Amino acid sequence: MANSNELKAVLTSPVVSNNPIALQILGVCSALAVTSKLETAFVMTLAVMFVCAFSNLFISMIRNHIPNSVRIIVQMAIIASLVILVDQVLKAYAFAISKQLSVYVGLIITNCIVMGRAEAFAMKNKPFPSFMDGIGNGLGYGFILILVGGFRELFGSGALFGIEILPLTSNGGWYQSNGLLLLPPSAFFIIGGIIWAIRTVRPEQVEPKEQ
Amino acid sequence: MSNQHETFGKTMTVVLAVCLVCSVIVAGAAVGLRSTQLANKEKDKQSSILAVAGLETDKTITEIFNSNIQTKLVDLSTGEFAPDDAAYDQRAAAKDPAKSIKLTAEQNVAKIGRRANLATVYLVSNDQGQLQRIILPVHGAGLWSTMYAFVAVKADGNTVEALTYYEQGETPGLGGEIENPAWRAAWQGKKLLDSNGKPAIKVAKGQAPDDSEHIVDGLSGATLTAVGVENTFTFWLGEQGFGPFLNKIREGALNNG
Repeated sequence: MANSNELKAVLTSPVVSNNPIALQILGVCSALAVTSKLETAFVMTLAVMFVCAFSNLFISMIRNHIPNSVRIIVQMAIIASLVILVDQVLKAYAFAISKQLSVYVGLIITNCIVMGRAEAFAMKNKPFPSFMDGIGNGLGYGFILILVGGFRELFGSGALFGIEILPLTSNGGWYQSNGLLLLPPSAFFIIGGIIWAIRTVRPEQVEPKEQ
Repeated sequence: MSNQHETFGKTMTVVLAVCLVCSVIVAGAAVGLRSTQLANKEKDKQSSILAVAGLETDKTITEIFNSNIQTKLVDLSTGEFAPDDAAYDQRAAAKDPAKSIKLTAEQNVAKIGRRANLATVYLVSNDQGQLQRIILPVHGAGLWSTMYAFVAVKADGNTVEALTYYEQGETPGLGGEIENPAWRAAWQGKKLLDSNGKPAIKVAKGQAPDDSEHIVDGLSGATLTAVGVENTFTFWLGEQGFGPFLNKIREGALNNG
């Protein structure tokens, strides 16, 4: 029933036109915390994408059996289990990165994007579109994270993925790094800038003025 | 939603089924991956030790630990070696009232609260069996976190060969620069103790004077982390830390092996 155009829209619309961070302003806390380096931002993106896609899939599969009165609890149980799974796998196979992400992997449980998609989409749609919706929202989250992470790492540490691009003065180069970019508040400014840029290009995203 | 999902029995069944499936997945992952995770932790620690051991060899980590690195326990109050115990965990011991002491406000320079009675040190020998370096674990509070480091000291018990911070939660890019190789390299050749055998390591504000034996460069924007580093060394080189042990070394306790 779901034709390929609809699926494509489900997958791509969260990236720019309905971005979970830039339009819905969800999941900002983790976006501040894990974007000081591109590598952590990238792994965090994968983790959120995985959790969001599979929680959507499983919730959608049992959506007709979930009693309305306890649906949030059932969703949380599924999301929490997936997050623990991701955390355990990272600790076993990507130890160095899991050390850097520390508590933020566990905090995916409280990431509003995952819960929001489960409640808003997976409860009403079939498993496969729900899965794609999860991937799409993971991509939308990741799009912002990678932008912010790339900017912060390049101008804060003069590197991308840990590879030196701008030689720092502290290592004998010419680039004086911007220490502010390494602190979480800088992500606020950058995300604000991105939201402004997106809404300038797409004025329909601007909320109507409150009277 | 129709009413048939809302009966008590149906709700209980769904909730129980979801919990059961989820707990099997979580428990399976935790148990199945535990051995890999523990091995990772151990390897992580060993590679931190190797980073300051200064051995140039193409052996694997495990081989080096079997042939060149000796793990020893030191009784901190006397500075003597204690009987070996492979299962000893210094961090766990520091929390155990039977195996640690509570530091008084005066002694608690590094803000660590309790100190284990025994410390794990690593003796690094070259392939001919001569002692090259002694690796001491130190830790102390920085601005946000407890910072854990290994210091490699020459066999004279006074000259720093290398330093590595292997676990810390300081601000990345500011205090987190204690992991920066350029900064750590500046420690090489510094003397831990002054001529009276008292802790002498200081972290400067800004650049250290070129000819200084005891002062290392500061970290810009990370004054409180630097103070933490200095306090860590003041504590661990002092009477409550490795002071007695380093005294014994300087008197030649390790010359015979």
